[in-house]
Amino acid sequence: MEEIRDAVLEYVIEEYLEDEDEEISYETPLISGGIVDSFSMVSLKRFLEARYNISIPDEKASPEAFDTVNSITALVKEITS
Amino acid sequence: MSFNEKIRAMYVEQLEGIKDAGIFKQERFIHSAQAADIVVEFPAGSSLKKVINMCANNYLGLSSHPEVVKAAHDGLNTRGYGMSSVRFICGTQDIHKELERKVTEFLGTEDTILFPSCMDANAGVFEAILTDEDVMISDRLVHASIIDGIRLCSAMHDTFKHSNMSHLEKKLQLHADKRLKVVITDGVFSMDGDTAKLDEMVALCEEYDVMLFVDDSHATGFIGKTGRGTHEKCGVFGKIDIITTTFGKALGGASGGCVAGRKELVEMCRQKARPYLFSNTIAPVVVSGVLKVLDILSESTERRDKLEKNTAYWRKGLTEAGFVLKDGDTPIVPVMLFNAKLSQNISKDLYDEGIYAIGFFFPVVAKGQARIRTQISAGHEIHHLDKALDAFIKVGKKYDILGKSKQEIIEMYRL
Repeated sequence: MEEIRDAVLEYVIEEYLEDEDEEISYETPLISGGIVDSFSMVSLKRFLEARYNISIPDEKASPEAFDTVNSITALVKEITS
Repeated sequence: MSFNEKIRAMYVEQLEGIKDAGIFKQERFIHSAQAADIVVEFPAGSSLKKVINMCANNYLGLSSHPEVVKAAHDGLNTRGYGMSSVRFICGTQDIHKELERKVTEFLGTEDTILFPSCMDANAGVFEAILTDEDVMISDRLVHASIIDGIRLCSAMHDTFKHSNMSHLEKKLQLHADKRLKVVITDGVFSMDGDTAKLDEMVALCEEYDVMLFVDDSHATGFIGKTGRGTHEKCGVFGKIDIITTTFGKALGGASGGCVAGRKELVEMCRQKARPYLFSNTIAPVVVSGVLKVLDILSESTERRDKLEKNTAYWRKGLTEAGFVLKDGDTPIVPVMLFNAKLSQNISKDLYDEGIYAIGFFFPVVAKGQARIRTQISAGHEIHHLDKALDAFIKVGKKYDILGKSKQEIIEMYRL
């Protein structure tokens, strides 16, 4: 769980943050907070699928499920368990 | 269901919300032809005021050029006012095909198809050439019309950080399994005025077998030594698979746009692009005007050369005065103010000084990136630019921002 959470956080920081001073936490709203637009979710989905060798069904890849690092981690956990 | 009071109240509330957010847009009425000097009524009902236009896309000063106006008149007389048809029923005249040939030659592509606007070209092209087996990878700052076209297409969509080539390469590797891949960028970015790294993008696209799409609306006619566009400037003329551009900016500024590129892709648009199939043909009067514009530009580079000189003069003047500018060398020169309200106040004060320049702020640009976007034209003379500089300096002094850094302006006015 910790490993997933940190990997997701690291990916989000590298992939989406443009300003080096910007900081986010496990609970920062990514999509509703305007950090990740719904278009850019696709790379996060593909990253998770490749890294954890899973397939995330479209109906589960909702903006709500992808809104925080914690919710994304829970989704990956649910699919891998 | 009628438009009852409950429904009306709902819309009134939404419109009030837009006003409360400070993003309600109001038109300024221009009582003259488009040019460096225009006559404006603003706010509505106020007396007319002669001002210098510093925010038109009239880069080459051709919007009201007498030769273009005459050619449009001739087209009106010989080919009529309208065609009352889409292209493929009975809306294609000889001059439409002539314009497609001339644009193809000017842009150095294999073929061209006209659209009612570049917005329509961007809305139609992706859906016409891609399917759900494919992927579109776009720069994060591409124009809104491209975003709309991407939304209408079933292919997967991903983005890369603005002009970040190593990030783009990672995305090309991530999506290597897709059937077709298209990298999508603006040639010149409309809000920042910077230029895409098309030379590096062409190299990456060749390495990974990916198609390259460029919207060159803010470049066609004046970027590059002979004004062919960003691909000429970057030394990759003839190597762009798909170029979209507009006739509504430098090329006379009336309306219309096109997709130019590989002939099979253009033919796919002719067969499948919905804005082409279901929207009216470009009016003969506009086609005739654009044909003349291309003649003028093919005969001489005088206008784009003058634009280049004007741009250098304007950038130097603003820089020496102590304004914070976005780096670049295009005629889009953003004066950075960061605070939205400050950009609105400065725009208003400039108008009082006889200078028409608009403030841009969120959501048109990112939060904390408010600015006045100035746009230079070959229609400007040095006396226009000097007067505009004097006004900018006077207003800049009033708000005490001259010589101040980004951080200092933010500390004074916050974001």
